[in-house]
Amino acid sequence: MSKLKVSVWRSAGSGAQEYFDVPRKENQTILDVVTYIQRNLDPTLSYRYACRVGMCGSCAMSVNGKARWTCRTHVDKVCDSDALDLRPLENFPVVKDLVCDMQTFFDKQKKAGGAFLGAHTREDSVALIKPDSSGRMAVDEAIECIGCGVCYASCDVVKWKPDYLGPAALNRTWTLVKDERDTRRLDRLRAVSGDAGCHSCHSQMSCTQRCPKLLSPTHSISGLKREVSRAALKGEL
Amino acid sequence: MSPRHSAFLWLAQRVSALVLAFCVLVHLITMIIVVQGGLTAAEILARTQGSIPWLLFYSLFVIAVAIHAPIGLRHIAREHLKLGSGVEVIVSLFGLLLLILGSRAIWGVFS
Amino acid sequence: MTNGSYALKARSHPSYVAFILHRVSGLLLAAFLPLHFLALSQALHGEAALDSFLSWADNPMVKIAEVGLVLMLALHLGCGLRVMALEALGWTSWQKSMVAIAFGGSLVAGTFFLLRVF
Repeated sequence: MSKLKVSVWRSAGSGAQEYFDVPRKENQTILDVVTYIQRNLDPTLSYRYACRVGMCGSCAMSVNGKARWTCRTHVDKVCDSDALDLRPLENFPVVKDLVCDMQTFFDKQKKAGGAFLGAHTREDSVALIKPDSSGRMAVDEAIECIGCGVCYASCDVVKWKPDYLGPAALNRTWTLVKDERDTRRLDRLRAVSGDAGCHSCHSQMSCTQRCPKLLSPTHSISGLKREVSRAALKGEL
Repeated sequence: MSPRHSAFLWLAQRVSALVLAFCVLVHLITMIIVVQGGLTAAEILARTQGSIPWLLFYSLFVIAVAIHAPIGLRHIAREHLKLGSGVEVIVSLFGLLLLILGSRAIWGVFS
Repeated sequence: MTNGSYALKARSHPSYVAFILHRVSGLLLAAFLPLHFLALSQALHGEAALDSFLSWADNPMVKIAEVGLVLMLALHLGCGLRVMALEALGWTSWQKSMVAIAFGGSLVAGTFFLLRVF
């Protein structure tokens, strides 16, 4: 069986890539490779995962320069040769090795107005939303976000402007702006309008290119630009 | 920058872009036509001098570009040069410069 | 592969390339515009002054630069239409075609100008 030459980011000291030889197997995922290293070669290697089936969004890292969910990325899909380069996600502070700090990422979802606030209390019945209503159709994809941070790590506007809310947070707000139960539409539009918000997106579309769930944050951000413009023209902002 | 201000800046750039899309098309076609056989001042001036339609067209063109270019440069300055609050003043001055030089040029070929 | 070449590869998709071309062409056009206006203002000093500028502009190097500018203008237009189609109409699935149209259209405009200017 052939071997993979895996270069892994180690954060000790000022940080460097460390090389490991890992046996290549059929149907091997990137997460399998990292787990092999941690269990057999160096137990001090830190990385993060939970569900292993593409639901939880915790195992993302930079694989040969591209942000990916590692549990559902096969080695065969990303390796032309036997070289594999693993680093923590870009645009995130590193906690240790391949583990990055998601705090700012989730804080920005709050800042962008990502917390739902409806009018119903627990005494009321469940709100019924028609699957074919225009608001529900507009966010059919966007609500599937698992918060893995791949889009945020792939976005150059985030890199250039650290205050920028980023694709995931704006995508989240888009789902609430189109939610007919929501009561804070204008607050949300105000929160995403500005240099940190939707107007800074230049449709580079790396987020859309990389999203493992095949969503299009670019599309959601464009929707916010339209909603914000409409509100501004009506004098509501 | 306030949410309102930001929204209108974005709108201004898109509306000016639509105007420019039309102007640039006309400009490209005009250039491809007139450039044949070399450009002479007489040829340019014969087309533009005293022509109200060309005066209006070029005025619209210059105004749109004086709005459009500074907003684009503002993004570049903020993203690549990391300029903060001073950037509004700088790009506004650039817009003003375009407006003045553009008006002079239009007057030059019209009068 | 080095870190830099990975970074380049990660950005080699049509929309990102369109963004770069849009930005670079925009910057070059903004730098060129004041000079363009100043040259045309020569007409204020009479036909002869404008002609003396135009005869300077007759040399091949300037002409090649002019073809470049026409290309930049057409590219900026094409890439701008891509952004607006995406933002106003939500044409995400059209992305690759939009980018292709932008590149194709500007090449056609540049070639036309090239053929006629020389």
